[in-house]
Amino acid sequence: MTTAPILEIRNLTQHFGGLTAISDFNIKLKNNQMAGLIGPNGAGKTTIFNLVSGFYQPSQGEIFINGKPTAGLKPHKVTALGVARTFQNIRLWNQMTVLDNIKVAQHGKLGYGFFDALMRTKVYRETEDRINHEAYELLKVFELDKFADDFPTNLPYGLQRKLEIVRALSEKPSLLLLDEPAAGLNTVDMHELIRLIRWIHDSFDVTIWIIEHHMDVMMELCDELKVIDFGHTIAEGPALEVQKNPAVITAYLGDENI
Amino acid sequence: MKSLLQRYSVQLILITLGGLITYLAYEEAIGLYTLSVLMFMGVNIILSTSLNLVNGNMGEFSCGHAGFMCVGAYVSSILGVLLFAKDKVFGAPLINPDLALYFFPLIILTGGAAAAITGLLVALPSYKTRGDYLAIITIAANYIIISLIENLGVIGGSRGFMGMKTVVNTMNDTFDLPWMVIWVFIFTVGCVWALRRYNSSTFGKGVSAICQDEVAAEIMSVNTNKIKTITFMLSSGLAGIAGGLFAYIIGYVNPGSFNILKSTEVLVMVYLGGMASLSGAVLSAILFTILLELLRPLQIIKWVVIPLLLIILMQFRPEGIMGNRELSDLFPKLKRFYRFK
Repeated sequence: MTTAPILEIRNLTQHFGGLTAISDFNIKLKNNQMAGLIGPNGAGKTTIFNLVSGFYQPSQGEIFINGKPTAGLKPHKVTALGVARTFQNIRLWNQMTVLDNIKVAQHGKLGYGFFDALMRTKVYRETEDRINHEAYELLKVFELDKFADDFPTNLPYGLQRKLEIVRALSEKPSLLLLDEPAAGLNTVDMHELIRLIRWIHDSFDVTIWIIEHHMDVMMELCDELKVIDFGHTIAEGPALEVQKNPAVITAYLGDENI
Repeated sequence: MKSLLQRYSVQLILITLGGLITYLAYEEAIGLYTLSVLMFMGVNIILSTSLNLVNGNMGEFSCGHAGFMCVGAYVSSILGVLLFAKDKVFGAPLINPDLALYFFPLIILTGGAAAAITGLLVALPSYKTRGDYLAIITIAANYIIISLIENLGVIGGSRGFMGMKTVVNTMNDTFDLPWMVIWVFIFTVGCVWALRRYNSSTFGKGVSAICQDEVAAEIMSVNTNKIKTITFMLSSGLAGIAGGLFAYIIGYVNPGSFNILKSTEVLVMVYLGGMASLSGAVLSAILFTILLELLRPLQIIKWVVIPLLLIILMQFRPEGIMGNRELSDLFPKLKRFYRFK
């Protein structure tokens, strides 16, 4: 039996007015793969993540998650198909405790409604108990449980990044999109992050797709890299090969003949 | 012992308070004026807590709360008069007036339901717009509702609608108790209780997730449109209930009493209490009602003093009295003595 790829993107093109942000992008990610997406600023990397997570509707092309098309779905429905993501600039709910940040992320699979919440029915009590327990256990796994009742803003920056990744993982995704997880981190935190991502990859059954500027992070983590520039795919393949690709060097460092 | 106290203290206080007010009203130990101020206090608590849900917890800016109140007031008034009172337009009562007592909460809830459905119509544009634009839409909705009723001659148009006193009197005839006081008390407690439960459930916390970061909420599996719709409907439904009670307390409604000035009053209460603080909204509704009565001798100048107070408030304490915290956050020791769920 052949299983459908976790993520398949076919001929993805995105226009914003007259600007073509993404043109003819293709990718297939297998189960438990760790892939990277790099490119200079404004290359369209985050746009691709926004398209995959359902935030934009593509102008052309198709996106399949676990074999199911995402066309026309709202982001929370795409999340239900098994996609979770983090953001380039951390987007935690800062006036909610760390524990609540995880609990609210379970909204899609609550299984109770408005009247259950008012009447505190059996379904409500069981669900809340279960969510509370699971969220706490997850925090414990990532050693964040001692901050459970703190507000995210009181956490150091590195831990806020970590919490955002944990919140995404709490959705039990089959595809985890990390949008520049190392942005703003110092070298120590960065090595911590690399260990964390590798550990997540080994312990959870999840495909990880990363956008990152730090080449060393990408070299350490990813099996496969894709390089885009101005929306066009300019190189793809194993990390070491891509690094030596002249087109990539030109895109990043400029043309030496100028 | 302590846990027993913690578990039942709120119920005990509420029952004592409700019983005391009812008893005093029954014995006519407190005058009709004080009684009506107490009842308006209840109505104002419902109004400010329910608007606080949208403006405070959800971070939207709704300015037309009186519009929903108006819908609730008219629907429950008309229904009550139609069913239980002899009226020039609607004729003889449809049901035996002795039953009014039992149907009264249903009548008020029907008014609330009608207001909730109106709230649904306002929720729809909120999917796309936020902030200032939504404020304009809600003001427009408020005006539409008032103009509609002003032009409906059957229910009195701008002259207003009355007959609710008959219904209240039949209730008191059936069983001699100050029924309006009791119903206002029950509905006020019920409203705060419902909002408390909604806000503390994971389901309801989706509301503050939307307030803090709507994009993150939508990506993290919160169905933002659904939550917004439910929250708007809950808020406007409660405003409708407040409107219904208001109409039966006074015994007379006219569209003029639900204009933008009334909406502003509710807004003032919300900002006075502190955004997203339920106990703040309750507290400010009580303070505001007392303040309005104290300033009554100033007559129209009252409306110079109150906005001035708002300006002073914004200057010196822009976050309101409680400033998005609850009473139990300010006095953590209180938690040992009560549990409100």
